[in-house]
Amino acid sequence: MLAKRIIPCLDIKDGKVVKGTNFVGLRDVGDPVEIARRYNEQGADEIVFLDITASHENRGTLLDVIERTASEVFLPVTVGGGIRTTDDIREILRVGADKISVNSAAVKDKSLISKAADMFGSQCVVVAIDVKRIPSKENYNGVFPTDFGTSPEDFHVVIHGGRTDTGINAIEWAKEVEKLGAGEILLTSMDTDGVKKGFDLEITKIISDAVSIPVIASGGCGSLNDFYDVFAQTDASAALAASLFHFGELSVPQVKNYLKEKGIPAR
Amino acid sequence: MKLAIIDYGAGNLRSVVKAFNYIGEDCVVTSDRDTIHSCSGIVLPGVGAFREAVNKLEAKGLVDILKKEANDGKALFGICLGMQLLFEQSYEFGQTDGLGFIKGSVEKIDTNGQDLKIPHIGWNTLKFNERSNLFNGIEDNSYVYFVHSFAAKTDSKNVTAYTDYGSAVVAAAENKNVCGTQFHPEKSGEVGLKILKNFCNTVRHDNFTCN
Repeated sequence: MLAKRIIPCLDIKDGKVVKGTNFVGLRDVGDPVEIARRYNEQGADEIVFLDITASHENRGTLLDVIERTASEVFLPVTVGGGIRTTDDIREILRVGADKISVNSAAVKDKSLISKAADMFGSQCVVVAIDVKRIPSKENYNGVFPTDFGTSPEDFHVVIHGGRTDTGINAIEWAKEVEKLGAGEILLTSMDTDGVKKGFDLEITKIISDAVSIPVIASGGCGSLNDFYDVFAQTDASAALAASLFHFGELSVPQVKNYLKEKGIPAR
Repeated sequence: MKLAIIDYGAGNLRSVVKAFNYIGEDCVVTSDRDTIHSCSGIVLPGVGAFREAVNKLEAKGLVDILKKEANDGKALFGICLGMQLLFEQSYEFGQTDGLGFIKGSVEKIDTNGQDLKIPHIGWNTLKFNERSNLFNGIEDNSYVYFVHSFAAKTDSKNVTAYTDYGSAVVAAAENKNVCGTQFHPEKSGEVGLKILKNFCNTVRHDNFTCN
């Protein structure tokens, strides 16, 4: 039985993990390689590195982190953040990453997805889609209603961390990236991200039903039950979390044991 | 003992090399006839499309080299697409001939009418069929990491392990000195590393059990 995947995500800046971590006895709390190794020991199914380094000059440190991780951690590693060209992708795969994730660059130039799929195979192309509910005019009163009743047209693709609404229908975009050759979709709801009240079940369900490629749910998990809900109520193949794991609020084994007790297949 | 990791420009060889190095094995990434001949075992990795892989193998003269070495009894281990290449033909984007070491073909995964995600990505469990030395010490239902949309169809006697994805999907196959896994042992944590160790032991002691 295919297991539902639990994926910790590490935000990396200049080769260091940005958010604090709560692993006991870590020598260097900022070292992504050591943290990835800990997650591996805990039974994480994959590791995602999200590079938030502002300048491109510091790319070398990221490549070094990927290379060192690939020498010690024998799990799938996905790298995202700042990837604009197929040369960027080649470089990241060459040092040992298994998949890359593209977001804004793919929105600006969708041929990046098909080119990457042709050159390196769909299996390594993850398209990250950030979505936000857009209220219709008659209901919009200046305060963004988080429990806004929606129809599928109301979900837009946003970029720049949610600050820019592209006006693109998120469901149509998901179907399009699948056609272009994406192997997986990493779906983050900007409405639930950081709120810790659960994944956005509505959009996760709509998009995971709309495409046949796996969808990784991201944004908003705050409790064990949130992981259960996203797998019980949607067709998501994996769930991604960052600070929840780093700060030790929940551990990967806790999540997996909880899922298994509730009858969700987990490794 | 040294392993030849076949370099034909298809996919990520780095992880395979790093995994063998991690378990203390010597390997060389090569497409050179003499180097391959001088190694005790051959590993054929690969991701991507079947036809393109065959074209690249042919362009480098590797089809003949691999056939000669395997027919002379050298251990050959195919991983993922590398495993699919061991079969007679694939029906991915039209029919393409493979290396033909194991009877059977490569076809779209049969999900038995179930609405399952394709590609089959993630950790799935192994169910052993014919017991292979490749899986010494590996428990039934161990999880390993898969990424594929096509799968081998072959006689059950060639299959050493299945996984369940709608139907029984071939997870590992073997014929004499040639074996392969559809999953990625180099991405399957401790279980995967153990399988790679088992392959190395098989090469060392020349003891294939299946068939």
